[in-house]
Amino acid sequence: MRYLTARKRAEGKGAAGQATEHHWAMTMSSVGLAFLLPVWLYIFGSALGASREVVLETFARPFPAIVTALILVVGMRHFAMGATTMIEDYARGTTRKMLVIAATSLAWVIVATGLFALARIAL
Amino acid sequence: MSEATRPPVARPGQPVQRPLSPHLQIYRPQMTSISSILTRITGNGVIVAVVLAVWWLLAAATSDAYFAVANAVVTSWFGDLVFTASLWAVWYHFCAGLRHLYFNAGHGLDVPTAEKLGWASVIGSVVLTVITILLVQ
Repeated sequence: MRYLTARKRAEGKGAAGQATEHHWAMTMSSVGLAFLLPVWLYIFGSALGASREVVLETFARPFPAIVTALILVVGMRHFAMGATTMIEDYARGTTRKMLVIAATSLAWVIVATGLFALARIAL
Repeated sequence: MSEATRPPVARPGQPVQRPLSPHLQIYRPQMTSISSILTRITGNGVIVAVVLAVWWLLAAATSDAYFAVANAVVTSWFGDLVFTASLWAVWYHFCAGLRHLYFNAGHGLDVPTAEKLGWASVIGSVVLTVITILLVQ
């Protein structure tokens, strides 16, 4: 038995039914990324253009590997949600749904590929 | 009164002439609107560099031959262009994002401050890009 009335369950959740969850998730991931990004840019920038030995040695170390894994997961969730907001501004109906699915899928493919590469290098 | 500003008059069988919202193109560019548009473009645009970076990492994890191909692409003029542009883009998005966190906390929402913060994001992103390039090369 539901103790809450239908009205009570809907209150404060807005037309999309998610209240401010999207905005709050973007706020949290942006704070995380604000700390991760400068560190990761230094790690990645230093490795970019180096020989394969140097690249493998860099991403086999715990700190660069963990920072890269974090920026992939947090960054791609942030991207997928931000891209969804953009798509929802410009597209409607089936096009909107297909674009949101495409952007979200791209983000997950990038996460999976990056984590696979990291695992292969670091483990 | 011109055609565009005529108030809607409902006639039977004829579509109502509703006033159209002014199109984006006729607005004077302002710091607040430009900084907002740039935030969206930079945030979504960096995906190109992310795809390139993850492909390069996968190639490094795979083999010498595959890494040689990926490394040739990322160190070519094309790779330099993508990564340098994306470095500025991600720093701009970073600065604009910090500005949004400040806005969300209820500060800096008056027009003069918002415009100053917009300029700070643009200038800050260029400075941070130069510093990053100097640090990692």
